[in-house]
Parts: sequence; structure tokens; C-alpha cells
Amino acid sequence: MSTALSSHTTLSHLDWLESESIYIMREVAGQCSNPALLFSGGKDSIVMLRLAEKAFRPGRFPFPLVHVDTGHNYQEVIEFRDRRAAELGERLIVRSVEDSMKRGTVVLKTADESRNKHQSVTLLETIEEFGFDACIGGARLDEEKARAKERIFSFRDEFGQWDPKNQRPELWDLYNARVHKGENIRAFPISNWTELDVWQYIEREKLELPSIYFAHKRPVIRKGGLLQPVTDVTPAQPGDVVEEMRVRFRTVGDITCTAPVESDADTVAAIIAETATTTITERGATRLDDQTSDASMEQRKKEGYF
Amino acid sequence: MTAQAPLIDNGLLRFLTCGSVDDGKSTLIGRLLYDTKTILADTLVAIERTSQRRGLAAVDLSLLTDGLQAEREQGITIDVAYRYFTTGRRKYIIADAPGHEQYTRNMVTAASTANLAIILIDARKGVLTQTRRHSYLAHLVGIPHILVAVNKMDLVDYDQAIYERIRQDYLDFAAQLGIEDVKFIPLSALNGDNIVERGEPLNWYQGPTLLDILENTPAAHSERDERFRFPVQYVCRPQKSDDPALHDYRGFMGRVESGEIAVGDEIMVLPSQRRSRIKDIQLYGQSLPRALPEQSLTLLLEDEIDISRGDMIVRAEDGSEKSARVTRQIDAMLCWLSETPLDPQRKYVIRQTTRETKAAVGGIGYRLDINSLQQMPAERLAMNDIARISFRLAQPLCVDAYAENRATGAFIVIDDSTNNTVGAGMIL
Ligand SMILES: Nc1nc2c(ncn2[C@@H]2O[C@H](COP(=O)(O)OP(=O)(O)O)[C@@H](O)[C@H]2O)c(=O)[nH]1
Repeated sequence: MSTALSSHTTLSHLDWLESESIYIMREVAGQCSNPALLFSGGKDSIVMLRLAEKAFRPGRFPFPLVHVDTGHNYQEVIEFRDRRAAELGERLIVRSVEDSMKRGTVVLKTADESRNKHQSVTLLETIEEFGFDACIGGARLDEEKARAKERIFSFRDEFGQWDPKNQRPELWDLYNARVHKGENIRAFPISNWTELDVWQYIEREKLELPSIYFAHKRPVIRKGGLLQPVTDVTPAQPGDVVEEMRVRFRTVGDITCTAPVESDADTVAAIIAETATTTITERGATRLDDQTSDASMEQRKKEGYF
Repeated sequence: MTAQAPLIDNGLLRFLTCGSVDDGKSTLIGRLLYDTKTILADTLVAIERTSQRRGLAAVDLSLLTDGLQAEREQGITIDVAYRYFTTGRRKYIIADAPGHEQYTRNMVTAASTANLAIILIDARKGVLTQTRRHSYLAHLVGIPHILVAVNKMDLVDYDQAIYERIRQDYLDFAAQLGIEDVKFIPLSALNGDNIVERGEPLNWYQGPTLLDILENTPAAHSERDERFRFPVQYVCRPQKSDDPALHDYRGFMGRVESGEIAVGDEIMVLPSQRRSRIKDIQLYGQSLPRALPEQSLTLLLEDEIDISRGDMIVRAEDGSEKSARVTRQIDAMLCWLSETPLDPQRKYVIRQTTRETKAAVGGIGYRLDINSLQQMPAERLAMNDIARISFRLAQPLCVDAYAENRATGAFIVIDDSTNNTVGAGMIL
């Protein structure tokens, strides 16, 4: 933050967003007795960690970091996640969808079905295990239509369900995190950020990212306008044409449902330039699972998805 | 940097659009997003497809602001939705509040964070009851800037006389309400006249375009209350016995809601009225000479005094008339948000700044008929009612009049049996 600001200076849009996000995190810490911060190693959650540092240092974070691992994440991202948590000296809790599968609480329809949507089950089990009354997540309202109407403090019932018809009104900056036992709040400190804001902030704060966010060579298959990476969990099928392309990821998540985009951008500045002029929304370009319908995210959120 | 990355960063403006159904609100927002190139290609393809399916000739830009599944099925917008766009100079957050009669609560919600309201009028219809209602609500919720957009000028042959008549009608009743800063603009949202580009048929209009007005409207804090207000959110006590610098560290974390303070200034803590001086102002390891409005930071004080979440730090020299009021009784305008009516026999929880207290209804002064603006007697309050009310408080609050300070004058009412937010109040 610039110290050269004088009276009646308007905070820059990034300073304003940063300040709002810090405010929201401190409200969670002030109002909730046992919150958690969801950390995946992706760019949005990396921004969230910096915001948490700005909100609570020199103290420790008043919450542990939690990752729900599908077991299908890129190795670079998992290594990054562990290293970052260690650097910060904060507690990292990892729970995996594979454990839920062993317990029998997650049952895949087919062996190669994406585990992404089953994260909800593992997340709810984790919430119950630790008795979390709030989970702080890095979702943005601009990502998807269903999110555009979700509150910053979003109430979930004891089944983790979101009811879009029955949300708590949210006025001014007066957030209401009160819950009964078993219910919880999902809090979204970067609701008001766009993808471009996130990249600009990463550049300004010089935040380190997993390497797969930057242009690199990777074998991919073209599938209906999207690129599907060829990996152990997503091998090429007979008849697929595998191409070696320069790509980068705009979001990183479960391998089976995150597609890279063709790109030469190998620095944050180059990514900002691309993002500012891009013509495809983040989810449209990169989510192999959202294509089916406009309303698929809303459906998953109702079931407890983040 | 590219053309779209902000070169001059003029901050962030939050605004609200209101109008009756079919005045063109969705089209206007769609047009703004489209002309500032915020609509991305796949979204556009999706709305083209929907437009075709519905048998529309042109792409319906209003589909862009459509929300959730159920609402899509009903073909109406029923809650507040937020949209984002940037011009490279400024970032915008649009709150889209629906125009239905029964949705006072949505408009109050959307207005609570807005700094500018665009009030849409259909040029064929002129000032309607709804226009008055929206304007009253925008004024009640303290939106400092009002822009009246006379839309669908193409349907009245871009007739200047019609625009002028509507303008005069509006000014007449705005004066009655005490609305001061009003601007007017003639538009065709459909054709894009005066949104981002000027429209040839509207060349009798000399003023700025809609986007020019948005770009130049002051962002909130530069014209707000000058008195320093810092509600404490969280107290940081690292208590690291091995680190001498942190051993006695006590940081008071919060956001500057208004005014400024500098290192060395004398402060007072409310409600205890204890005094001290600012020893340091910190943001992430960095020491700042002064704290500015809307910054989230950490204050360190010279003296060890007991401060916890919910206390408010103000400037000591502000004296009693400038200092926030510490009170166990508040008078307010209240908007009831819940389907369960307000029951004056019950106790509620009030949350104001970072403070919470039990509250009992002292009395309902009157209910305001939002259409006639007449004061009616009332025993209870139903959803969407607006009333003058008083509350008695179990714990004192540190308040300012809402008209002077939106951050310290606002409160919400919570029903502690359901934990729902049921009311929104503005302290008088
Ligand atoms: N001729 C004309 N039609 C408009 C204009 N703005 C909106 N409309 C049309 O008015 C109808 C209602 O607009 P819409 O944006 O859905 O209104 P909303 O209910 O206020 O969101 C649609 O058929 C629009 O195409 C305008 O400036 N001129």
C-alpha cells in the first residue's frame, strides 16, 4: 500500500478490495468460534493467504488451513500447498476424497467419473470432524452466474445446503455469522474481485504461484473447443490426437475437470495482458464439467459444494 | 501494460440501478457491460442461444443480468445481484435491485452499499409512483448521488420537450424529499445512445454521457464524515515470550470507517472514555504515518488500556458534540426484511459496527406508506414496511446519526431464535 496517500485520496481499486477482504476475514475471526480457511494451492487461495497475513500478522492465523484433496491434483500444486503452509508456520489439515471412498460415503458411478463434485461430501465430513462453524473460501462472484447472488456470509444448514431462495439479507458491512450447532457459514472475502483483480494483486504483492500457471509445454487433446491434458488419470483414448502445445492453467483443480488454455504468457505481467483482452470467461475456458448447463453450478452448491 | 489495465486508478464505485419492470434496467446494464467489453464471448454465445430459443429477433442484452435457475423459469429477477466491470480507470460494482412493488427490502439492501443510484424513467410514462418510491428509498438509505436516466427516448422521437417536462416533474418532488444532488440524462439503452457513446439524435443534450458521470462521481470516503471512527474488530496479542518485540504487543485491528488519525494523536476509547495516544499504525509489518478512510489496519497505543472487539476508537479532541453518542436508547428508521412480522413484545439482537446487544422495542412511532409517503399508525411491522421506531438496549452502543455517518449509524436486527437478519435500521 502506498504511503504517499494524502487526505481525500481515493484508495486504488486494489487497495479498496484488499481492505474489504481483510475486514471480512477479521469479522469471521471476531464472530465465529472455530473457523477454517480452505486452501487448495490455487491462485485465489494464494491471494487469500496474503490477505490473511495482512489481516492477522504479527499474530497467528485464528484458523487452520484445510484442503480437500481429490487425489487427482497436479503434483506441483500439492507440493506448493505444503511448502506455503510450512513457510507461514500455519496448521494445514488435508482430508481426501479417497478416504471418503474407502469409508463408502463417496461412491463413484464409474471408476473414471470426476471426483470433483464429491469434494462436497468430504468437506462436510471434515466440517463435522473438527466442528468448524465457518469455512472461508476464495470464490468470486464473477466466476459464475449462481455465485453472483450468493452472500458474502452464506448460510448452510446442517446438510451443508445453500438455499438461494432463503438467504439472509446482507446490508452495509454488517455481516451475520450466527449459527446453531451443526450449521455453518461459508464466508467469501474476495467475492468482489474479478479474475483480473486477482492477477493484478498477485503482481503487486509479488506472490509466488505453482509453475503450471505459467506457459509450459504439455501433451493435450482438443475436445470440443477445450484442451484436455494427457495425464495418468486422463490418458489418451484410442483415436485421440495428442498434440504437444504451449499452455497454461487459469485455474488449478481436479485434473479431470480443469483444462489449460493455449498461451505463451510466462510471467504475471503477460498473463494480466492476456486476461485484460481475453474473450472467454474463466469457467467457460477451463471447466470441463460446467459445460453441460448454465445451472450446473447452482445445482452443486445446493448440495453443499463450495 | 495493456489498454485495459488501469493506468490511472480512480478507485472503485458501487452503484445501484432502479426502475419499474420494463423500464429497461437490464438492457441498460447489459449495454454498459457490452460497450465496455466486459461481456465475454462465451457468455454472449449463451445469451444468443437463449434469445433464439425464445424467438427473439435481436440478442436480448437483458438476459445478461438474469440470475438463478428458479428465477429464470419464472422469467423474473427477485433478489439483489451484483455485476462487475472495469473501464481501466475505475472498477465498478453494480447492484441490480428488482423493481417490483413488494421488494422494498431488496432495494434497501442493494442501496446500503451504493454511492450512486441510477433511477430509470420510461420517457413515455414519466415520473410514476414507483419513481417516487425508489427515490425516497435511495434518499433514506443515504445514497449521496442520484442520477435520473430518462430511457427509451427513441420511442418519443428523441423529443427534448418531453425530457425537460420529466426533469421538471422530478425536481418538484425531489425538493419535497430534500434530495439535493440530482443529475439528469436522456438515454436509449436499446440503441446505446448516451451510455458510452453520444447519440446523434440526442445532440441537443450537452451534458456528459452516462459513463462520464460514473467515471467522475466521487468515491465514497472523499466526501464523507471527517470525524475519526475506528470500530475495533479484533485484538492481536501474539504473546510470543521468546520475541521481545512481540512480548507485549497489543494491536487493535479494524477499518477506518471515517476520518483520519496520525501517529501521536490523542484518542479516546468508547464506551469506556479512556484516553491514550497513537503509538504506531501498522499494515503488514509496515508502519504508516497516518490512517486514511477505508483502510484496514492495526493501531497500537501508548498506554495499556483494556480494549476489546466492539469498542470504538475516536479522536479525543473531538469533544462531546463531535464524538459518537454512547447510548442505551436509539430512535431509527427501520425497514423490516422478514416474512415473520416484527413483534413489539419480543426481544431482538441488534448488531451495529462490530458490537452486538439485546434490544427491546420502545415503541413504533409510525409506519410510512411508501407510495403516498404518509405516516400511518402501526402495531406490528410486516415485510417491506418502513417505520420510525425506538429501541431500548441492554448494552450501550456508540452511534452517530445515519445521515452523518453511514457506517456508525446503520444497524441490523437479528432474530435470535432463527439467527436470521430481519431488519435494517438507520439511526436518527
Ligand atoms: N425502444 C426501446 N426499448 C427499450 C429500451 N430499453 C429497453 N427497452 C426494451 O424494453 C423492454 C424491457 O427492458 P428490460 O431491460 O428487460 O427492462 P427491466 O425490466 O427494467 O430490466 C425490453 O423489450 C427492451 O428491449 C430503449 O431505450 N428503447
